[in-house]
Amino acid sequence: MNISVKISVNGVLHEAEVEPRLLLAHFLRETCGLTGTHVGCETSVCGACTVLVDGQAVKSCTMFAVQADGTEVTTVEGLASNGEMHPVQEGFWECHGLQCGYCTPGMMMTAVQLLERNEAPSRDDIRHALDGNLCRCTGYTHIIDAVEYAAKKGRA
Amino acid sequence: MSTTTEKPPVTKSTQKYIGRAMKRVEDPRLLKGVGTYVDDVQLAGVVHAEFVRSPHANASIKSINTDAAKKLPGVIGVFTGADINEKAGTIPCASPLPGGKSPVHTVLAGSRVYFVGHPVAVVVAKTRAIARDALELVEVDYEPIPAVIDPEKALEKGSALTHPELGTNVAFTWGLAGGDVDAAFKEADRVFKLRILHQRVTPMAIEPRGCAASWHSGESSLTLWTSTQIPHLIRTLLPGMIGIPENKLRVVTPEVGGGFGSKLNLYSEEAVVSHLAMRLNRPTKWIEGRRENAAVTIHGRDQIGDHEVAIKNDGTVLAIRSNIIADIGSYLQLLTPAIPTLTGLMIGGCYKLKAVKVDITGVHTNKMSADAYRGAGRPEATYIIERVMDYVADELGLDPIEVRLKNMPQSGEFPFTTITGLQYDSGNYQAALEKAKELAQWPRLLKERENARAEGRLFGIGLSTYVEICALGPSKIMAAGGWEWGCVRIEISGKVTVITGATPHGQGQETSFAQIAADRLGIPIEDIVVLRGDTATAHFGRDTYGSRATALGGTAIAMSIDKIIEKTKTLAAALLEAAPADIEFAEGKFFVRGSEAKSIGWGQLASEAYVAKNLPPGFEPGLEASSFFEPPNCTFPFGTHICAVEVDRDTGQVKILKYTAVDDCGKQVNPLLIEGQVQGGIAQSLGAALMERTVYDENGQLLTGEFMDYAIPRALDIPEYALGSTETPSPSNLLGVKGVGEAGTIGATPCIGNAVIDALSPLGIRHVDLPFTPERVWRAIQEKGGTL
Ligand code: FES
Ligand code: FES
Repeated sequence: MNISVKISVNGVLHEAEVEPRLLLAHFLRETCGLTGTHVGCETSVCGACTVLVDGQAVKSCTMFAVQADGTEVTTVEGLASNGEMHPVQEGFWECHGLQCGYCTPGMMMTAVQLLERNEAPSRDDIRHALDGNLCRCTGYTHIIDAVEYAAKKGRA
Repeated sequence: MSTTTEKPPVTKSTQKYIGRAMKRVEDPRLLKGVGTYVDDVQLAGVVHAEFVRSPHANASIKSINTDAAKKLPGVIGVFTGADINEKAGTIPCASPLPGGKSPVHTVLAGSRVYFVGHPVAVVVAKTRAIARDALELVEVDYEPIPAVIDPEKALEKGSALTHPELGTNVAFTWGLAGGDVDAAFKEADRVFKLRILHQRVTPMAIEPRGCAASWHSGESSLTLWTSTQIPHLIRTLLPGMIGIPENKLRVVTPEVGGGFGSKLNLYSEEAVVSHLAMRLNRPTKWIEGRRENAAVTIHGRDQIGDHEVAIKNDGTVLAIRSNIIADIGSYLQLLTPAIPTLTGLMIGGCYKLKAVKVDITGVHTNKMSADAYRGAGRPEATYIIERVMDYVADELGLDPIEVRLKNMPQSGEFPFTTITGLQYDSGNYQAALEKAKELAQWPRLLKERENARAEGRLFGIGLSTYVEICALGPSKIMAAGGWEWGCVRIEISGKVTVITGATPHGQGQETSFAQIAADRLGIPIEDIVVLRGDTATAHFGRDTYGSRATALGGTAIAMSIDKIIEKTKTLAAALLEAAPADIEFAEGKFFVRGSEAKSIGWGQLASEAYVAKNLPPGFEPGLEASSFFEPPNCTFPFGTHICAVEVDRDTGQVKILKYTAVDDCGKQVNPLLIEGQVQGGIAQSLGAALMERTVYDENGQLLTGEFMDYAIPRALDIPEYALGSTETPSPSNLLGVKGVGEAGTIGATPCIGNAVIDALSPLGIRHVDLPFTPERVWRAIQEKGGTL
């Protein structure tokens, strides 16, 4: 039996009838066509699927679409505004914070939450904040540089 | 504190891109979330495949009942080996060794399964969810057979056999000998033995594998989108398997979410999905789940080595005699046998040994196949020889640096021919070591260790001076060609399209190749687009693995540009009313020697070349050239890594305090990308040193089947770095590039291993097996009573 949901994604309201077992990650990718949110494990370990649900970083593979009914979701596609990159995106670009780019959307969404909570994080704060996001390419150092860059830029 | 890296050399002109740390042109699409990975490829009417996989490591299949699955609404078909194997070929191994025995590797299991995850049947349904539901409805009646798991026991007489039809568990044997080993051992003052295990590891790219295929019935052609490092090799190998001509197959590599060798293969699923798309005449897609990725995408390493080392009392290492057992799992995948041979070839490291003898036995067990994982055979070799160097120092009471310096060739001795017959192209190992000592503040590090030890803390310093073999070619040593291809086209507008046969998947060659082309053509980098990863545009290619893309692919592009410049001189001469021999080219302009003021640029020349109204006699319209670069030799990057660690006596936890690396990858095109490769490589190596181990239990069940059970490094595990480099150009290509994709993975594990053993040495501990997990280290400490 399908259930109807209304979820606002990046400011656009999506109404759909969904299977109760549909994960939010798949809702975003398949129902909304927003494939920037990646799936790396489906078991809430890798963090590639991280999005913001009502401002909170959530691994979208741990949440059913029906649980997100009535919420406001921000995905990587919603980070830039008016064609301007978000400071976190800019940081990742400047500091070579991505190689294959698969973990990147989730990393950036986690970083956005961190910077909203702590505008001047130390490198160790950043390490702690990103500890639930796996990257197999970069070795994390450039990602930490990127978040530091974004923090500075955000304060400027 | 962030990574300290030396500043890249300042270049004279703003037009010089090579050597500059430039951010990547591929990033904006990835940062905005609009890059297309294979699961993002949209195909109208696509159907989804899921595989029924064996839960047993070894079993015969009594029966398969697909009736219930076929009846599930939304299911389009269920196919078993009996339905498909005849039509989808067998999985190829491109590097078989003479005398080796290999089982026939059908795409789906026949009457028996050989490893957990072995595909038995495939379900196709309208949605992925329905396909997954249908998996549960396929009934397979297995009769389990005791599994062959321990590779050493597998070699014992009377052992059960992984593949009974082969009559043995030995898949291949391979030997290498150089110098007079017996004489070297006779000459020795001392001989010691070391047993070194290199554990099995799982590559775990964050994007699992996946593919989608579309049959174009009008043209009788197939397009395969696949998350692979090797679209071109697949285009060579797959047509014969699925019964279409090579020129009816297009392979597209969209964005690839990490490879590390794990996507350097032609896998069953790619053949099955291609076959199904043709058979059903519907676009068919399969996306690997994480559990599948851990179980059925190749594993790496897994070697047991018994080594005997002959040394002189002054620290000279005379010879190594090694017996290596490689647990290769159930089947030979694309390069399975080649990997341990690389260990054999590189076992002497960057040292002048008098003799080497290596015997390798590849053993079949009921596990997933082992194949190329980042470093591929060289991390194992480096771990062996670098542990040996520390062992020698320990044995003789010498400084590990002195032992290394004593055995290294001098910079004047290059090209240096090793005792195993390799020719190391260029090197200055002492310079890299010296620089690393400086960056690591060596005397201070020694002082810190002394102080820490005085306080009873377990503080250790490790180093590794590695050399690796990269840019794999020439063709005579490669199964299917060791060249690389590139094409450059000056478009009619003067914009430039560069097409590479390499297949970057995160390394950033859309940027670094544009840097190479911009410098050589003398144009702004913004005018260049680099295309890759589609056999319809990159007509030839040998793809990306073995740190070969920039050294070989970059060179093919440079060669193509040189051809275009030569050709264009004729046209410029006609337009400038001069003789072609008098035309010079510099900074993007053609001019008559001595009168630079009157010059013509690419824009005007391109339009003349294509509009073709004023061409000199014999001038073929257009400005395009392509090249195959056949390298004369491999390249041999090298470097020195130094790290300091502290071991927690109570928990066995290893903490890396400071990590220094000086890598020499030849000429540097983009230092920022090189730094990224080094850091990423070190992180993977750190994983192998401290936490990663693929575990099968005695029944062949995979215990490390997902991220919850298989630890890869996280942000908190990563130390701060001091990174540096030396730049010794390779004489093997005109760019002088050597390659850097695997350096970190090769140099770091022995460096960390040596540091951990050094930290534990006051307790009398001389050896612990990889990986240095807290439990293993703690046990080693307990065995020694845990006290000084
Ligand atoms: S896909 Fe959600 S955490 Fe990995
Ligand atoms: S950039 Fe590839 S996984 Fe992070």
